[in-house]
Amino acid sequence: MPLIKCEELTVGYDRRAVLSGLSFEINSGDYLCVVGSNGSGKTTLMKTLLGLIPPVGGNIVKDDSIKNAIGYLPQQSDVQKDFPASVWEVVLSGCQCRMGSRPFYNSSDKERAKKNIGRMGLEKLKKRCYRELSGGQQQRVLLARALCATDRLLVMDEPVSGLDPQVTEELYALIKELNDDGMTIIMISHDTERALQYATHILDVGHGVFFGTKEEYLKEGERHE
Amino acid sequence: MNDLFATLSKYLSFSFVQYALIVGVLVALCSSLLGVTLVLKRYSFIGDGLSHVAFGAMAVAAVTGLTNDMPLTLAITIICAILLLRTGQNAKIKGDAAVAMISVGSLAIGYLLMNIFSTSSNISGDVCTTLFGSTSILTLTPAKVWLSVGLSAAVVIFFILFYNRIFSVTFDENFAKAAGQKTGLYNLLIAVVIAVIIVLAMNLVGSLLISALVIFPALSAMRVFKSFKSVTICSAILSVFCALLGMLISILAGTPVGSTIVAVDIVAFIIFTVIGKLTGGKAK
Repeated sequence: MPLIKCEELTVGYDRRAVLSGLSFEINSGDYLCVVGSNGSGKTTLMKTLLGLIPPVGGNIVKDDSIKNAIGYLPQQSDVQKDFPASVWEVVLSGCQCRMGSRPFYNSSDKERAKKNIGRMGLEKLKKRCYRELSGGQQQRVLLARALCATDRLLVMDEPVSGLDPQVTEELYALIKELNDDGMTIIMISHDTERALQYATHILDVGHGVFFGTKEEYLKEGERHE
Repeated sequence: MNDLFATLSKYLSFSFVQYALIVGVLVALCSSLLGVTLVLKRYSFIGDGLSHVAFGAMAVAAVTGLTNDMPLTLAITIICAILLLRTGQNAKIKGDAAVAMISVGSLAIGYLLMNIFSTSSNISGDVCTTLFGSTSILTLTPAKVWLSVGLSAAVVIFFILFYNRIFSVTFDENFAKAAGQKTGLYNLLIAVVIAVIIVLAMNLVGSLLISALVIFPALSAMRVFKSFKSVTICSAILSVFCALLGMLISILAGTPVGSTIVAVDIVAFIIFTVIGKLTGGKAK
C-alpha cells in the first residue's frame, strides 16, 4: 500500500483550480521532487497533501501510519522572524502529535527531541534563540522538529531557498542521508538540476503534468529536445 | 514617609480597596499570559476590536438595568470573538476590515444606547468610566469579585494545560496542522479566552486601555528574554508588578487607576528596551 495515492486530484483555493489532473503515488522510501516554475501551484499541491486546504476535486488516500505523523518543513513565516523561542522549545514542539491528550511532554518526548538535536548537529545551539540563528541553522532546527513529528514522511517546501551554496550542499546531503535511512521525502524545488541528482521520482507540474521515476523523466526530456 | 505609609494602611483597611487589589492583580496576570500569542499572531487588533464590543455590550447591560453586567457582556464578547475568528479564516471580508466594522459599530451603538436610555444624570461620567475604567475597579460588588476570581483561575488553568499547544499554534500553525493537531479548536479556545480576559480587564482599565494591559508586558519581556518560557514568566511578573504599583500610586496620588497602570507599563517598557539594548541580546 502506498503512503499517499492521488487520483485525478485538482488543487486550488476557494474552489478555483490552480492545478488539475494529478495522478501519482508515493511509496515508502521514495524521494519525490516536485518541480515546476513559480506560480505553477507547487505549494498549493503541498498544502493539499498535508491537509491544510481541502482538495478542489479528486481523491487523496493516505496510509494510516502517516495520518498524525507528517513532518513538514515550511517556508519561513514572518511570525517566526521575531518569535522568542529557544532551539530546544522549537524542536520539542515537534513531539506534540505524540502527546495525544496529555498536556505536557514526558521523558520519552524529551529523549526524542534530544536525539534529533544530536542528529542535526545542534547540541551547542540548544539554548540559543531561534530568531538569532543563521538561515542554515534555522532550517536544521526545523528539520529536527519535523523529525520529532515523524519516522515516515518529510514534506519540504523549498528548503534551500535563501541559503548560501555551501550550506545548501550540506542540507541536501543531510536530507539524502535521512532518505538512505528509510525516510520518505517529498520536496518542492525549482532547482531541477539538483532535484535530478537526488530524487528517485519526479513530479513536474510546469507545462502539463508528468509523473514518473527520474529515469523516465530524463528519457521524456530527451524526446522533447 | 511615615505619613505615606499611614495613608496607605488606612486605605488598605477598606474592603473595596482590598477587592480592587485582588482583582487587579488577577486581571494583570491573566492579560499578560496570552500577550505573546496576541502580539505575534497578529491578534492584537482582534483584542482591540473585542474591547469595543465589550463596551457596547456593557451599555446594553446598563440600559436593561442589570445589576451584574458581567455575564451578559461576557456572552456577547465571546460570540463576537468566535465570529471574528471565523471571518478571518473565510477571508471574504478581510479580517481587519471585519474587526474595524464590528468594533466601531459597537462603540457607536453603545454610546447611542447610553444616551437615549440612560437613567443616570451623569452620562458622560458613565461613558468615561466604561472607556477608561476610572472608578469601576473601586466599586466592585462581592459577586463581581468572585466571578472575576473564578474566571481568572479558569484562564490560568487553561493557559497552563494548553501551554505547549499555544506555543505550537503561535509559532507555526501549518506545521502543527500537518502533524495532525486540532489547530482550529485551539484557535477557537484562544479566542474565547481572549474574550474572557477583555471582559475581566474592563473593570480595571476600561475598554480603551485593555490592549495596553495585554501587549505592553509581553513586548517589554521580548526586549530582554529569548525563550518562550522566560518571556511568558517575565511578562506575567512584570504585569502584576506594574498593576500593583499603578494601583498604589493611584490611591496615594488620586489619579485614575487604569491610566496610571498603563503609564507604569510604558515606563517599564522603556526600561526593558534600554536593558535589551545594553545587553545587546546576550541574555539567554
